[in-house]
Order: sequence, then structure tokens, then C-alpha cells
Amino acid sequence: MEWWYKLLEILPFEWAEPGRMIFMKNALLAIIILTPIFAILGTMVINKNMSFFSDALGHGAFTGVAIGSLMGFVRPVGSAVLFSIIFALLISVVKHKSKMSSDTIIGVFSSMSIALGIFLATLGGKSFAKLNTYLIGDILSISPEEIGFLAIVLVLIIIFWLFFFNHLLVVSINASLAGSRGIKTFWYEVVFSIVLAVVVTISMSWIGLLVINSFLVLPAASARNIARNQRQYHFLSIVFSVFSGVSGLIMSYYIETATGSTIVLISAIIFFTTYALRKKFL
Amino acid sequence: MKNKHGKNSDSVCQQKCCGFCCTKIENFGVTQGNTVILKDINIHIHCGELTAIIGPNGAGKSTLIKALLGEIPHSGNLQFVHANNGSHQIPVMGYVPQSLNLDSTSPTSVMDLFLSCRSAYPTWLMRRKKEVEKVKERLSAVKADHLIDRRIGALSGGELQRVLLALALEPPPDLLLLDEPVSGIDQSGLELFYETVSAVREAYDLSVILVSHDMDMVRRYADRVILLNQTILKVGTPDEVLDSQTFSEVFRLPTKSCKEEGKL
Repeated sequence: MEWWYKLLEILPFEWAEPGRMIFMKNALLAIIILTPIFAILGTMVINKNMSFFSDALGHGAFTGVAIGSLMGFVRPVGSAVLFSIIFALLISVVKHKSKMSSDTIIGVFSSMSIALGIFLATLGGKSFAKLNTYLIGDILSISPEEIGFLAIVLVLIIIFWLFFFNHLLVVSINASLAGSRGIKTFWYEVVFSIVLAVVVTISMSWIGLLVINSFLVLPAASARNIARNQRQYHFLSIVFSVFSGVSGLIMSYYIETATGSTIVLISAIIFFTTYALRKKFL
Repeated sequence: MKNKHGKNSDSVCQQKCCGFCCTKIENFGVTQGNTVILKDINIHIHCGELTAIIGPNGAGKSTLIKALLGEIPHSGNLQFVHANNGSHQIPVMGYVPQSLNLDSTSPTSVMDLFLSCRSAYPTWLMRRKKEVEKVKERLSAVKADHLIDRRIGALSGGELQRVLLALALEPPPDLLLLDEPVSGIDQSGLELFYETVSAVREAYDLSVILVSHDMDMVRRYADRVILLNQTILKVGTPDEVLDSQTFSEVFRLPTKSCKEEGKL
């Protein structure tokens, strides 16, 4: 991490001076790694009209956290990942088998899991307060080991995107068209849901359940306003995501607000700006 | 047109159908819950032949296409018999959907659509010149090369259908399925589409199944017409089927008027 602290010394901020505010420097690097992951996956979340689904994933992960802490884990991320994968699979299978609209199915699962999470967390008169961090998120608490872990996740997501993106795109455009070209549409949906579930869950404690979905939806939605093809779409989504992440973190330091929400508000401003400008680009 | 199949076509196939290659649909049936949607569908389609499927709403036309694509469970067999060695296999299918139900804001260009279908090289990275040239070539075959950088959500109905047709021909299929490709297209777009289908059918010696509502076009372009309502009611040349008693009954027309009506 020393190379990173050294690099930051060129910045004109008081917290960037040598030896000061290590947590801020860690958080900045974490944001730079984390935001592209969300930007990339977000493009497909919007393509596939899955923003309600990705929101529900956070709720599923929350139940996992509650189960994990009930079983006595200090950092219940493992059980949360496991539970949100099961949760994503359940929704996909029920959606596939049932004729009900996916909206309804996701609504049922989403409200059920958040209720189950609160129920389990408060079982036996326990206080809910220790789970607050999962709701609000705290990027400033991230450790260098966790940043290393995130970097590995980013690399894995890029590899996943290299191999799966084309087929995912065709499936998102038209399932019958994809089927006629020999693409197994159901499996692509399942694999993407699982990847999304894992990413949302592991990032939840840093970004916060309440705003995590905006990290997926807003940059991609903003890029969609003005992009004409998939390359521009990806490029702009990543630029918007990293920009709002970095500026949101720095702003939250000076005006003393929760980082996650500050980032989301900046993303929202970008969204409305691109929305207003969309006729100039398309 | 058919002589390019060469001389060695004296196989099993010859006695059974055309003598060249053919697609055989045998005993197809679809049942959903307790409702029989399709039963006893037997069709042989020869190479280079355009078969139009007509029928009233709810006759099971689109269901038949979906069953052929393997998208919904069905009974019966689908086989493609090769011209050269008489080998049986599942045909390679090209499919032009009815519509894409596109999100018109989708940032997917025609080029993106082609590249993501035909190559494994990720669409979101830099483009390779060779691939781009190939896509242009395919698009110009359907008079759509000027659309290459347009977003698919911004295409007109006719333009989109031609792009999808070009896509369905890549890789060259044994059987081309067109599902009501003309709905929502103006008359000149319609003519252009049918002309293009006719041209590629001859160029590739393709078997084409076309679900259509436009009797005028069916009469002009189809080699054979199948009148469908749950099962096959009548098969024959366009004139035979469209002027028949069965046709008038199914579409509840006074017998004489169907000639003048043409379009339904």
C-alpha cells in the first residue's frame, strides 16, 4: 500500500499528506476499484430490466448476514454470500416456472427476506444496532487486505465480462432470437444473477444496503441517456461511476456526511444532466 | 436453381420427398395444460421452397414456430435430410422474430447486434476491421449497410426486419423461420422485405417457413400455402388454398369475395 500513499502525496488535500488519514487513502483506492465493478454489471442490469431484482438481492444478503451473526460469526459475509446465491437461484427458478410477473415474484421474495432478516437479528430481544453498518455502509473502515480482495474481484469480473458479455447481450435483446442461435438463455440468466448476488453481498458492508442498488443503476442509466453503442455505453458508465465515487468520497470528508449517500447524490445529478442533454447525443 | 445439389442425390431422401434435401416435420403436437394447441402437424419442406402458413388468430401459427425452435415442449420429430448423403439431423435454423419488443433507448447499434451474435470477441472492446467489413457485406445483401451504426431501437419496422433477416442468414441456415415479419411495416417496406426474402431463398437455396397475414403477398411469393387451425386444414399452391371453400369458411368470408379482398 506504500506506493499508493506515496502517489497520493501529489494531491493538494490535507488528508493526502504523508502519514495522515490512512483510512481516507484506503477508502479512495477501494472506491476506484469498486465503482468500475458496479458500472460494468450495471450496464446489463439496465439492459435486462433487472433493477428491482438487484435491489432485492441486497435484501436477501441481509437475511444471510442475520443468519450468520445468529450462528456466531464476527464477519458474517460468507453466510451472506451463500444465502444471497440461494436467494437469486430461487427467484430465477420461480420466475422460470411460474407465469406470474417477475415484478410480483421479486416483491414477494424481497419483502419476505428483509422481514426474516429483522426477525432473526432481533430474536431473543437482541439489539438491531450492530447491523446498522450493513444498512448505511462504511467505506472508511476498509482494510488493505479487503482492498486486495476487491482487486481480485475486479479482475474476475473483467474476465467474466470478456467471455459472457456477447451472449448476455443477445439474451437481453430477445430470448427467442438467442435461443434460435443455440444460446442457453436460462443458464445465462442464472449465471448473471449469481455474479450479481455475490458482488452486491460482498460490497454491502462498505456501501450500505440502502444505497447499493443506485451504484448499479445510476451510472449505467446515465450512460444510456447519451450512448449510441455498447462501447460508449461501457466507457461512459465506468467514467460516471468512478467520477461520482471519487468526488463523493472527497466531498463527504469535507461536509461530513455518509460516503455512500453522497456518491449516490452526485450520480443522480449526472443522471438528470445526461437526461436533459440526451436529445443532443442520440 | 436446384441443380447445384449435384448428381449424387439418389438417396433415401428421393423416394420420401423432393429428391434433394428437405426438412421433415412429423407428427408435431403442442399441448399446454389441458388445451390442445396443435396436433398432427406433418410438413415436408423442400429446399428453395417458400411455404407460407396462414390461419386465423389463435390458430397456433406462432406456437408452431416456437415449437420448431425448441422453445416450448412438443411431441413429434423435426429432421433435416441432407442432399448429398441423405443423413438426418436437426436443421440449423435462422429465425426472424415477429418483433423484438425493443427498449427504444437501448444503446445497441446494428453492428453491436451482429458482432455479439457472430463472434466471441467482446462487443464492448475495440472493433476489428475484418469483422466490420464482413458485417457490412452481410448487411448490403439485404440493402441495409447504411444502418450499421444506427441504434436498433431507432430503426423503422422494415429496417429492423431486414437487419434481422441478415442476422438469421449468418451462419447460413437449413431452414429459415419468419414469424409475421411484416406486421407494422408500410407497403414499400413490405415489398422490399418480400423481395429480399425471395432473393436470398434463391441465392442460398433455402427452405423458408413464413407465418403471414398478408394474403396478397402470400399469393405473389409463396410456393406453397398451409392453412392452419390447430391442425393442417389444407395444403397446396397459393391459388388452390386461398380460393378454396375451407379458406372461406375459416376466415368466414363469402366464397366469392376472397379473391377481391386478398388482404385480410
